[in-house]
Amino acid sequence: MKQKHAAPVSVERLSVAYHKKPVLREITYASPEGELIGIIGPNGAGKSTFIKAVLGLLPLTGGTVHIYGQPYRATQQLIGYVPQRESVDWDFPTDVLDVVMMGRYGKLGWFKRPGKPDRDIAMACLDKVGMADFAKRQISQLSGGQQQRVFLARALAQDATIYFMDEPFAGVDAATEKAIIQVLQELRAHNKTVFVVHHDLQTVTDYFDSVILLNMRLIAAGPTKETFTVENLQKTYGGRLAILPRQFDLTMMG
Amino acid sequence: MNELWIILTGMLVASSCALLGCFLILRKMAMVGDAISHAVLPGIVVAFLVTGDRHSFPMLLGAAAFGLVTTLLIESLRKSGVQADAAISVTFTSLFSVGIILVSLFARQVDLDLDCVLYGEIIYVPWDTIIWNGLDWGPKAVWIVGTTLVLNALAILLFYKQLKLSAFDPAMAVALGIPVAFFHYLLMGLVSVTTVASFESVGAILVVAMLIVPAATAYLLTDRLSRMLLYSVLTGCLSAVTGYFLAGALDASVAGAMTVMAGVFFILALFLSPRHGIVTRWWQRMRLRRDLASHGE
Repeated sequence: MKQKHAAPVSVERLSVAYHKKPVLREITYASPEGELIGIIGPNGAGKSTFIKAVLGLLPLTGGTVHIYGQPYRATQQLIGYVPQRESVDWDFPTDVLDVVMMGRYGKLGWFKRPGKPDRDIAMACLDKVGMADFAKRQISQLSGGQQQRVFLARALAQDATIYFMDEPFAGVDAATEKAIIQVLQELRAHNKTVFVVHHDLQTVTDYFDSVILLNMRLIAAGPTKETFTVENLQKTYGGRLAILPRQFDLTMMG
Repeated sequence: MNELWIILTGMLVASSCALLGCFLILRKMAMVGDAISHAVLPGIVVAFLVTGDRHSFPMLLGAAAFGLVTTLLIESLRKSGVQADAAISVTFTSLFSVGIILVSLFARQVDLDLDCVLYGEIIYVPWDTIIWNGLDWGPKAVWIVGTTLVLNALAILLFYKQLKLSAFDPAMAVALGIPVAFFHYLLMGLVSVTTVASFESVGAILVVAMLIVPAATAYLLTDRLSRMLLYSVLTGCLSAVTGYFLAGALDASVAGAMTVMAGVFFILALFLSPRHGIVTRWWQRMRLRRDLASHGE
């Protein structure tokens, strides 16, 4: 199923529109393997839309998506997804362990119920994000950072090869941010490819090996060192880039 | 014996509605349940005119089809830019009124009157029995509603994980390859069938109460979905039983009394639920305040 020579994710002339208003235009991109890839761009640039389009959650108005050279439907098992925290109702009557077990559902088929092996995997994943003590906690009693870690644990329980994370760092505390980045680095160490929609320009060079700069069109994509430049950022953000990331200030001052 | 049949019918209706109601509430679709239960009326009338029987398999199918048409109509209206609640209201009031016109047009020729459709005639249930091989097999309504209860329970048992995940996080469900649309229409189809199977006992209007109120009560009582399903069935059954005796005491409508009791249990849960209850929380606050005050001394 997995073809080594094909890129983990490749899209060709991908276009998406909401109510006839174009959100993404003709994106062509092929990702490297085993890297942490930041998806960067201003609000409304189509970052989440890009992820959702690749995941098949939105109808495409044009273009194609391939995962290791295969159409998405054939490769669902390879993909893990961390949606935005606000996308679900945290008052849903369930507990932390149960949410993480949901990551196993894709492997269970139509009728099988999650069993002890799935429970063990879920507990191990909770442990990885430092939430093992909260396994039996009702999800409405979690802080924002804890909710995010539960979602991350659920994605780990999917045991995927490619991960898509929609703003995992949005509104989390410093401890959670550290826990998340540790998990991301561990995923990379296992040669997983991880896409992360990211807002904080200050941390881009620390966190990501490659970046995708997006503003409805693909502005630039490639290794962070070469791609994450003042010139490209200005192209991406236009006049809206008020504060340049710290490292650029330093180089300019130095 | 007749009393028992009536109570049993009420309990079966309450249980099969409550199970589905839990998922409707969690998917924030309580209004869609309302819409479907009204919009199947033309389906009921047409199927009745064709078969001349209030309890028949074609009738259930016809109603299920109408329920799905309702869902499709609501969704296509919403997609074309109509606000969600407006789309729901427009769809079900139009279909319901078509049903009313059909009933009033054909009321003289056929044995189907508005009162029966709207408010149910649960007290007549024991007399409409199935006679087969010369034996009396009990009221038709019990068989029909019992079958839908088995159907609903079976669907939930088999597809518990899919229904749960599509309710909690539909995007994740799609990403995992779960056919979310299929389970959406399965749920809507079951709601339609259950509504039609129940309409004669509790009426097209009160079936909404049985769909939503016991499930809403159970939601207040627990933090686990499996227990919510169990509690919704229990409160539904309790409403049916107590409602029957309330109706007897007041000499009032049975379906109405059952619904009133469902409402009473909801209010009790709202005030006294162990975690979310208004009184419970007030009591906890008072105790906390007293503890703080005594520590301050």
